[in-house]
Amino acid sequence: MMNKPELLVTPTSVSDVSPLLDAGATAIMIGEETYGLRLAGEFNREDVEKATALAHERGAKVYVAMNALFHNDTLPLLPDYIKFLKQISVDAIVFGDPAVLLNVKEHAPNMSLHWNTETTATNWYTANYWGRKGATRAVLARELNMDAIVEIKEAAEVEIEVQVHGMTCMFQSKRMLIGNYMAFQGKDLKVQGKRKDRTLILHDPERNAKYPIWEDKNGTHIMSPKDMCIIDELEEMIDTGVDSFKIEGIQKDIQYLTEITGLYREAIDLYVENPELYQEKKDQFFEKVKSIQPSNRELDTGFFFKETVY
Amino acid sequence: MVEQTIQSRSDGKRVITKKPELLAPAGNLEKLKIAVRYGADAVFIGGRDFGLRSNADNFSTEEMAEGVQFANNYGAHIYVTTNIFAHNENMDGLEEYLADLERVGVKGIIVADPMIIETCKQAAPKLEVHLSTQQSLSNWQAVKFWKEEGLDRVVLAREVGLQEMLEMKRNVDIEIETFIHGAMCISYSGRCVLSNHMTARDSNRGGCCQSCRWDYFLYEEKSNDGKNVEENALFDEEDAPFAMSPKDLNLIEAIPKLVEAGIDSLKVEGRMKSIHYVATVVSVYRKVIDAYCADPDNFKINPEWVNELAKCANRPTAPAFFENTPGHEEQLFRNHSQKTTFDFAGVVLDYDEGSGIVTLQQRNYFKPGDQIEFFGPEIMNFNQRVGKIWDEDGKELDAARHPLQIVRFKVEKPVNPHNMMRKELT
Repeated sequence: MMNKPELLVTPTSVSDVSPLLDAGATAIMIGEETYGLRLAGEFNREDVEKATALAHERGAKVYVAMNALFHNDTLPLLPDYIKFLKQISVDAIVFGDPAVLLNVKEHAPNMSLHWNTETTATNWYTANYWGRKGATRAVLARELNMDAIVEIKEAAEVEIEVQVHGMTCMFQSKRMLIGNYMAFQGKDLKVQGKRKDRTLILHDPERNAKYPIWEDKNGTHIMSPKDMCIIDELEEMIDTGVDSFKIEGIQKDIQYLTEITGLYREAIDLYVENPELYQEKKDQFFEKVKSIQPSNRELDTGFFFKETVY
Repeated sequence: MVEQTIQSRSDGKRVITKKPELLAPAGNLEKLKIAVRYGADAVFIGGRDFGLRSNADNFSTEEMAEGVQFANNYGAHIYVTTNIFAHNENMDGLEEYLADLERVGVKGIIVADPMIIETCKQAAPKLEVHLSTQQSLSNWQAVKFWKEEGLDRVVLAREVGLQEMLEMKRNVDIEIETFIHGAMCISYSGRCVLSNHMTARDSNRGGCCQSCRWDYFLYEEKSNDGKNVEENALFDEEDAPFAMSPKDLNLIEAIPKLVEAGIDSLKVEGRMKSIHYVATVVSVYRKVIDAYCADPDNFKINPEWVNELAKCANRPTAPAFFENTPGHEEQLFRNHSQKTTFDFAGVVLDYDEGSGIVTLQQRNYFKPGDQIEFFGPEIMNFNQRVGKIWDEDGKELDAARHPLQIVRFKVEKPVNPHNMMRKELT
């Protein structure tokens, strides 16, 4: 029988962890803004510790995000945070910046490392390069199509993680672009750190698209206008042995996330146990997802079936 | 580990002992030659594959060979950008390509993807490897990592300021290259896929369509039930749309600090820009660097240099992250370009001392009575009005209308081949 991929979800708070595990998640990724990019929720050290205990009790994995682009001033904070993560036995650190790699080697040499630069993880050779440097997993760019993903998995010497659901990042600037715009207009708007209770969007009238945008310590972030969903297209990636499927929890509430996690759990299990029945039922899975989508977030298949030119 | 770049002599005068490289862009062979003639110490170019700017002309291997020869005659070097983030299918032909670059005498490549770095070490070990700004290199430990990977030079993220550069230099012994002039990404380079989403063009393989320069409208969404959403505009009708268009970088004022910091290479952006841009920017920075290094104690920015840079600018300029995180003053709203004040009008082919007649290749329309300016690496700029214009056969023309047309007219001061002429716009 084929292997089931890990089902990785990003909770928005500690209280999300148990319901997500109940719904079928087998791993979570958490962290705090100082070290991690675009997290679904802010988890301070105490939260990380609690979430880790909850997950480990249930045999689930915990990955902590340290994938920010670090400037010199943040480097002194890295060793202590890494030692803390080692002490509470999280299962892996997610990194993009080589500075994290060097610090983990020094302060937690047995810690697993997941290479995640988002946009730049685009070929198997480079995935294996980071593997030789110590990474155990590569998180692939969202801008790859299914053929490229399959080819990478076949040639990869590290685990491969692929996002299957939710919004994706399109842009990160170090500049505070929303605050700058408001200052330019002479308007006062406290924008930083308001992601939870205030959702800002950029409207692009030409494409009639709406892109979520926010500011935090890491700068300005712009996200995709639609949520990707491939609950009805899982066959090829499961067949080829992709190791982890990620559901992105950014800007989603726990009720939605729990339902989505449950649906992917059911879909993965069904395909592995009874591929024919999955074929029959996959449209129903998709319809169920559609029925709980927020009205402003259409679904698409990301770049899985899209050709890009250059 | 900062090399001593400045020493004090016994008479108290300071002497610059390490002059940084002035690195210029060139989109084709003509621009490469202009960059070298106008004072670049090195030029970066793109080949047909593996580089960003897929819309630039780019060089064939034969053209690269010619460019290298030309540059080497002036003691200048050529670097080739191979800074895509490769997809699986982009690996084909890479080894042969890199071996070709090595064979024709290219000094180094500018790379972002470790796949290309590693392939280069195998296939073309004599090439220097420089890390591209696409890796968004922002801290000294990451610099150290790439040093240990055997890289010869790193190009920093555009978000790195002077204090951070100094700390990198203190901690790691590696060549540092930083941008001093030109257009730039408002995102961390390599971390923007707006083009991919909006136009299905891969920004990290040269397809960037500059979606950041477009206009958007900022709204706030609110929902009480998590399902139905309403939108409120965060702008009034008369307000400028939301935009993310950065002013172009201009660090002319910062050259002394960069020299003293021991930065190894000062880079001008613009492989898509005209020969007029390349010539103007290179000659100004050549003068600034030379003047500062010749006499740091009495150095002052000449206002003419600043004016000169403005003559080829198509956007207002700013120092970006050099001292601080840039605010709204360093972005463009409503108008994403500025009205140019000069047009590039022609290149000098020949000059007859006896008659004072210039032979010029036309690059933009001009006519008798137009106010023009000549400039070049070895002449002082001068202005005059255009008098009578003749074609190659001596026939008088009412205007120089045709691109690349050869024309003659009288100039008030001597000029040399490869000097340029610009026309003031009214």
